[in-house]
Amino acid sequence: MSNRSLSSVVKLSILSVVLAFTSNVYADPVKAAFVYIGPTGDHGWTFAHDQGAKYVKEMMGDDVIVTTVESVEENSDSERVITSLARKNDIIFTTSFGYMNPTVKVAARYPDVKFEHATGYMRPTDNISTYSARFYEGRHVIGKIAGRMTETNVIGYIASFPIPEVIRGINSAYLAAKSVNPDIEIKIVWVYSWYDPGKEADAANALIAQGADILMQHTDSTAPMTVAEEKGVYAFGQASNMREWGKNAQLTGIIDDWGPYYLERVQAVKDGTWTSTDVFHGVDSGMVKFAPMNNSMPFEVRNEASKAIIDLSMGAIHPFTGPINKQDGSAWLAEGETPPNYPDLLTMDFYVEGIDAKYPN
Amino acid sequence: MIRLIPRVENSTAMVLLSPLLALTLTALSAYLIFVFILVDIPVSSVFFTLFVEPLIDSYYFSELLVKAAPLMIIGLGLSIGFRAGIWNIGAEGQYVMGGIAGSAVGLYFYNVEALWLLPLMTVAGILGGMLYAGIAAFLRIRYQVNEILVTLMLTYVAVLFLSAMLQGPLRNPSGFNFPESRIFHDSAMLPIIWEGTRLHIGLIVAIILSLVAWFGIKKHMFGMQIKISGSAPRAAKFAGFDDNKTVWYSLLISGGLAGLAGLFEAAGPAGQLTPGLPQFYGFTAIIVAFLARLHPVGVLFSALLIALSYVGGENVQIEYNLPSSITQIFQGMLLFYFLACDILIKYKVVLFKTKN
Repeated sequence: MSNRSLSSVVKLSILSVVLAFTSNVYADPVKAAFVYIGPTGDHGWTFAHDQGAKYVKEMMGDDVIVTTVESVEENSDSERVITSLARKNDIIFTTSFGYMNPTVKVAARYPDVKFEHATGYMRPTDNISTYSARFYEGRHVIGKIAGRMTETNVIGYIASFPIPEVIRGINSAYLAAKSVNPDIEIKIVWVYSWYDPGKEADAANALIAQGADILMQHTDSTAPMTVAEEKGVYAFGQASNMREWGKNAQLTGIIDDWGPYYLERVQAVKDGTWTSTDVFHGVDSGMVKFAPMNNSMPFEVRNEASKAIIDLSMGAIHPFTGPINKQDGSAWLAEGETPPNYPDLLTMDFYVEGIDAKYPN
Repeated sequence: MIRLIPRVENSTAMVLLSPLLALTLTALSAYLIFVFILVDIPVSSVFFTLFVEPLIDSYYFSELLVKAAPLMIIGLGLSIGFRAGIWNIGAEGQYVMGGIAGSAVGLYFYNVEALWLLPLMTVAGILGGMLYAGIAAFLRIRYQVNEILVTLMLTYVAVLFLSAMLQGPLRNPSGFNFPESRIFHDSAMLPIIWEGTRLHIGLIVAIILSLVAWFGIKKHMFGMQIKISGSAPRAAKFAGFDDNKTVWYSLLISGGLAGLAGLFEAAGPAGQLTPGLPQFYGFTAIIVAFLARLHPVGVLFSALLIALSYVGGENVQIEYNLPSSITQIFQGMLLFYFLACDILIKYKVVLFKTKN
């Protein structure tokens, strides 16, 4: 071997060593952090995200170090928590909408750290991804069940904040229930909180007093399920299986399954293949799942619900398929039309025709 | 039976030492709690993260000051009112209203970049808080309605009003209908006084205000008036002090300062108006005022101490996965020991037997 070729071998090997250090492939464990709006507890939104974090740890073992911070308020404190985490982690999941601007600000200051913001829409720097799930597909299924199972024809809906995600859920559930039961009526109580067992229980009682015999909730506590069990009405679990609180009451539940997505993203950081994306997955990808259906449900109802789940997972149906008018009677979707993600779904700020409630303003 | 008998003379040394004593007792109790709950983690490293790291790490120190500034400003206002025996418990509501009023001005002039914008927002913030506290003053003077109830109840109204504003007129028109305002542009934001951090001019304002209040209470007739009205209402009446004036001033000053703090939070670290604006500063400032024994300069230090518990508590949660309630436990113990020490300085405990 000549001197010349020897030196090029040396050069090559030096180059490869340098490359190994500069490329994004991690030899060390990936450090992943999760910021939660509530306590991890044993049910609900934060619990579901925490299950996802645990899944990542379980699957990646020593290749990952997971840090979680619970009960982080959606105010200027969150920016400090995210900054603290950015100083020590490779990827950070901020799992509530209110963390959007703090996440954006911190991401601009820490370009080497990857950020994943749940339910938001801002990705000004290329180290931020956003992700959310099509929960309204879950609402479609429970809407059908509710339409069949109610005897009073009144659904009680406990809502948190009038933001597009919650509005989508109400409209989707109503349309599905209406499709199987033309007499259906929906009553909505806004509690202006994601987690407030006291207010949620009050809302549940108020709705039952107004004739609702089936409850839906877009809040996180098990209080409505407990009330439903006591009062002998039906309800649906939210974000996680709540059967433990309503053995007779829970017909099924919408379950958020973030685990596979989290694993994919953390693994991408490890492999150096992470890029900024915007994910809006539904039943098809398994991000939205269902708790086992209650045995007390008639076979036909269970069958119909299962069929809806299969159709959703195959993309054969869309919960919002025209003709659909807005509450004020103006046209929204024409016959057979389905709405685009943006702007219709992502900015939804109206009830559909037939909902007899004042839009909160 | 146990009875508390007033001491004839208070020990000056003890009066000065009691805050330190309370702090030591708090630290000792915290130590004991950690010894019981911690597994595998040395208590000393938790203590380091909780009490020391926020003071020596420049980023955490800047954040500690960011957190302390609104507590200083609100605590200062409360301490003045509390001296006069006017119990404004709802500074949180005035803080929110100040934040809304000031932000509304900033958002109204969204397309204007001018030097006068921030001062105008500041004035609006102060007025917002003042007017809101003024409701309680008016009701108390006109109808003898207890200001504790009014200010507290109005806090809930303020939070709902904030929510209504963010669903309606102040909502970001291009924000996908989420209840948040637009992000303020630079001339509507507080100047940063420490490059690379979030520390804004509010800290300097807080220090200046506390010095002004100190001299004011010492030198000005009004200072005398609130002091006497609070400690000896009858004497105040004989001295010819106007009762109504005390009520008005106490509530307007504490409300105005709370409003100022609200605007500073929105135009400072938050940079926009969001539903997350209320964060219990108004309530925490009550602890701040009492820890400072209602002294306008003492408020600066007690605010720092409480801010330390926030930042340190958050860090132990991140670092050691301890529950976030550590912060509340710490604050509660601190106030408890402090008040207990003060009681024992002013009173002596006498045990005596009762005949049965």
